[in-house]
Amino acid sequence: MFTLYTRRRLINWLTLGTSSLAMAFGLFWLGWILFTLLQHGLPGLSLAVFAQNTPPPGSQGGLLNAIAGSLMMTILGTLIGTPIGILAGTYLAEFGQHGWLAPVTRFINDILLSAPSIVIGLFVYEMYVVRSKHFSGWAGALALAILVIPIVIRTTENMLRLVPNSLREASAALGTPQWKTISLVTLKAARAGILTGVLLAVARISGETAPLLFTSLNNQFWNSDMNQPMANLPVVIFQFAMSPYADWQQLAWAGALLITFSVLTLNILVRVVFHQQTSTH
Amino acid sequence: MISENAITPKLIVRDLSFHYGNDRALNNINLVIPEKKVTAFIGPSGCGKSTLLRTFNRMYELYPKQKASGEILLDGEDILSKRQNLNALRAKVGMVFQKPTPFPMSIYDNITFGVKLYENLNQHDMNDRVEWALKKAALWNEVKDKLKHSGNSLSGGQQQRLCIARAIAIKPEVLLLDEPSSALDPISTAAIEELIDELKKEFTIVIVTHNMQQAARISDITAYMYLGELIEVGNTDTIFTNPKRKETEGYITGRFG
Repeated sequence: MFTLYTRRRLINWLTLGTSSLAMAFGLFWLGWILFTLLQHGLPGLSLAVFAQNTPPPGSQGGLLNAIAGSLMMTILGTLIGTPIGILAGTYLAEFGQHGWLAPVTRFINDILLSAPSIVIGLFVYEMYVVRSKHFSGWAGALALAILVIPIVIRTTENMLRLVPNSLREASAALGTPQWKTISLVTLKAARAGILTGVLLAVARISGETAPLLFTSLNNQFWNSDMNQPMANLPVVIFQFAMSPYADWQQLAWAGALLITFSVLTLNILVRVVFHQQTSTH
Repeated sequence: MISENAITPKLIVRDLSFHYGNDRALNNINLVIPEKKVTAFIGPSGCGKSTLLRTFNRMYELYPKQKASGEILLDGEDILSKRQNLNALRAKVGMVFQKPTPFPMSIYDNITFGVKLYENLNQHDMNDRVEWALKKAALWNEVKDKLKHSGNSLSGGQQQRLCIARAIAIKPEVLLLDEPSSALDPISTAAIEELIDELKKEFTIVIVTHNMQQAARISDITAYMYLGELIEVGNTDTIFTNPKRKETEGYITGRFG
């Protein structure tokens, strides 16, 4: 008995030790990344970053056009992708129990979810940019929307599946038509989870570079016309960081810091929202 | 089978069989549910008592592989017929489930949810209806000052009474209760049982219960089921003191099931 107990304690100690080490290992790199980012990015942050457009090498400038472009395309991509994702996810969870369509859709969606984003960029390039004969903000927003859709589909379906069937039965028992049950009861019960999914999708696309490289490309100047090539933070960072000019590199660091901390803020927001919604229930 | 004179039948079940896919869950059930009485279904797990209850509002139609055959007459109309409008049926036959199922909305909206499906009431009448339903469900005094609070903020027993209030707010004729107190503590159970006694003045009540003492306490008629068959049905007193069938006696005295 005693040896069995010692053995169990030893295994417990080992498991706890290795998992703590793994956690420390992961956090170490994350901490280092954040530290480097702050170290190089903070000195570059100034009012000019938010007030001036991207400069030619050697002159003063900021990231205003890139920030504005990123915001416009991210918001538009989310606005296009979210309703499609929520509706499709609702179909999968609420209507798709029978037949072949739902399993096939779910399978394809899983592939789309893990598709490299550069493939999405190339797809939009072929389907839209080549046909319209120029890079544009619309193409960028479209590529981002295609990235949003599978994430929102997946979370919507999962969150709706978490809604207990007894709630659907209770609604049906009152003689409620199915569309009302879904829109007023089940979607409402799952809204915190679905909102979380949407915010996570926003976090994901706000840092995407590859799909924008082929679609919105970049723009040295201020542009609010979605039909023109559009500056955006990820591509600007990519371009400036690869350049030999010190002031461009500095701006790239500042941009990287901006993206990272907006994603961080978004993630914290997700947690706060989810926590509030679930605890008021 | 039921010999009292002053009884009007509310539901008449004739040759009812039920299938889950290819598995038969109910076999030729014949039964009369009297109006404004409490009828209890008892029997061991899997005997088909919940299945039988769920045919009365055709709840099983949510699941395409489940099929009922035979006749169930509600005031003489066959509710299993294709002509029967499902939502109209469920407006007449309300149901409360084992686990409390408050909708993710305020207490007030929980009650008005069903009412709004059938009636266009002005604000004043709607308030009256909410108060009426919550009073009937013996919940009004506890929630009258927090009608805007979420239904989920209530305790389990209160949630279950909220669900009963929601079911009676649309003024059904029959109320189906599927083990309504099995997830509740003894005090909430007592509250629900008192409530059932009160409600039978206005509604026909059919209750499924695992708890034989509960059936003995609250029901007028008891039906004992086993393996999808209706073994015996009669006045609760008779069933519990002098059952005709050996199987019923065995189950009630705890020697079996």
